[in-house]
Amino acid sequence: MKRFLSALRRLLPQLAALGIILLLNAMISPGFFHVEMQNGRLYGSLIDVINRGAPVALLAIGMTLVIATKGIDLSVGAVMAITGAVAASLITQGYPLVATLGGTLAVGLFCGLWNGALVALLDIQPIIATLILMVAGRGIAQLITEGIILTFNDKPDLIFVGSGAFLGLPMPFIIWFVMAILMVTIVRRTALGLLIEAIGVNRRASTLSGVGSRSLLFAVYATSGLCAAIAGIIAAADIKGADANNAGLWLELDAILAVVIGGNSLLGGRFSIAGSLIGAMIMQSVNTGILLSGFPPEFNLIIKAVIILIILVVQSPTSQSLWTFLRRDRHPTAKQERAVR
Amino acid sequence: MTSSKYLPLITTIAVFVLAYLICIAQFPSMWSTRVIGNLLTDNAFLGITAVGMTFVILSGGIDLSVGSVIAFTGVFLAVLLQNTSIHPLFAFVLALMITTAFGAFMGAVIHYLEMPAFIVTLAGMFLARGVSFLLSTQSVPINHPFYATLQHLYFKMPGGGRLTLIGITMLVVFLVGSIVAQRTRFGANVYALGGNIQSAELMGVPVGRTTIGIYAVSGFLAGLSGIVFSLYTSAGYSLSASGVELDAIAAVVIGGTLLSGGSGFIAGTLIGIFIQGLIQTYIVFDGTLSSWWTKIVIGLLLFGFIALQRGILWMSEHGSVSFRKKAAA
Repeated sequence: MKRFLSALRRLLPQLAALGIILLLNAMISPGFFHVEMQNGRLYGSLIDVINRGAPVALLAIGMTLVIATKGIDLSVGAVMAITGAVAASLITQGYPLVATLGGTLAVGLFCGLWNGALVALLDIQPIIATLILMVAGRGIAQLITEGIILTFNDKPDLIFVGSGAFLGLPMPFIIWFVMAILMVTIVRRTALGLLIEAIGVNRRASTLSGVGSRSLLFAVYATSGLCAAIAGIIAAADIKGADANNAGLWLELDAILAVVIGGNSLLGGRFSIAGSLIGAMIMQSVNTGILLSGFPPEFNLIIKAVIILIILVVQSPTSQSLWTFLRRDRHPTAKQERAVR
Repeated sequence: MTSSKYLPLITTIAVFVLAYLICIAQFPSMWSTRVIGNLLTDNAFLGITAVGMTFVILSGGIDLSVGSVIAFTGVFLAVLLQNTSIHPLFAFVLALMITTAFGAFMGAVIHYLEMPAFIVTLAGMFLARGVSFLLSTQSVPINHPFYATLQHLYFKMPGGGRLTLIGITMLVVFLVGSIVAQRTRFGANVYALGGNIQSAELMGVPVGRTTIGIYAVSGFLAGLSGIVFSLYTSAGYSLSASGVELDAIAAVVIGGTLLSGGSGFIAGTLIGIFIQGLIQTYIVFDGTLSSWWTKIVIGLLLFGFIALQRGILWMSEHGSVSFRKKAAA
């Protein structure tokens, strides 16, 4: 309970930001918090936020771990395009759902391992190592779909992954939530999370003190690839087709922003998956809010940029030190008052 | 040590020459000034912005906003020329002032708020793209007589190739960029920042001023590139030039500049641009290959050059270690 409370306190700024944005949304459209049951599933703007935010939330889970090791994974959007193409191509060739999903996840894992090999074995800077797949990935996806948008309107089992519902909740939400619980359990119930943070703080020192940096880096990038593959399947199942050009386009940037808004430092070290997920939900709430407000969609990017800037300025080291300076300034006077009394 | 400094550049040039020879062997008509002229004209906007990107990457930073700034400049010019009667030259100056100030602002945020360049320029990318959406979501044509005049300015090279104004602009930008990087104090400061920011500060390099200057240069060149792009397409469209930042970064890396900063040459970037252009020209000549092969080949080239840089670094470290051992013995 105590640990839960302290975690909650650490995430307070993010939760406050999410709360403010949700309240703003509710002010813009009064029915925002209204959730109702229809045909055995829940409907409402809030459900929409957790449903539509699924790809970024999934990417953010993997990205958090990568960023915690002082890395970055630019390739996740392209991996989404590749895995979406693989899923569509396998299912249209008549493979059963299990084989399709298994094959697609394996491809995502392989993409992650490729990035991991470049970073861990060849010691290439993560931003460049993953740039390679980011540039080439969409070309590879085009190669798989042979330049067309592969559709699978007649495969209800795969479509269910993107738009089905379980216990009244949309499938994409359930998938990212289960994945998040799983990852948090894996990294926080074991020492893995601590070791990942150690690599991020100082890779050389942690290697010298016996941390298996290489295999951990491999595992972290593989996880990111796996998360991107799941996100790719959801994105493809959602539109009932694989669009090599647009699937996951710029989502790597959204995922990185979600991680940063979630209070994680791009310089690695201490990380919080829950923070990143709140970051992802903040971004999706902003998107949904702009849609609901009836603002022309042209404003979308500007509002997003301004919100990002505000959150970043609040979190920046300079304003943090200003904040501590102001707080420190107050303490002596308080002490003086006490002394006077 | 000097040889390892030039080795990436020499390799890039060798790859380009080899690739061009292979192309000529397959399609003899590629050996003409027409192809070279088109190579310069078609890649002019990319080349100009890649010079700015080279400065940014040499200093150890990154600028993701250039593609959006190019689109913004195009839309800004088109809307301005459509709705007012001001002369295009005046509009050019206005556009360049805005983009330079925008770049300087991003540099100031990066320096004073101590935020990573990646995130700041990412926000800049959204902002510039968003503002161009606000200006117009449609493609706005430019039908100014002055544009037609500029578009028809060219030197005729022997063999019928045209060296257009925008091609010449790119070459001039590369020349000036090289001189600034190699022969001025600002250039030396850029290399110093990329080498090690703390040592640079201790050596007396004005870190703040240089950082702001670097991103201002990148903003200015992205604006210039936007002007060239609008001359090239005769229109301004808010969705254009997306992903140009990636092409520019790829050209810089293929050109032998270390993405960690501190080492590389502006001239290498020019060859990087040529290699990318050559791949596209080859695909056009072949006629059966799809355009997505460009991306895959560029990805492979990126991998090849990065692996090569690692190899050189490893060898130079290895070499110095064995040298030290010998000295100790």
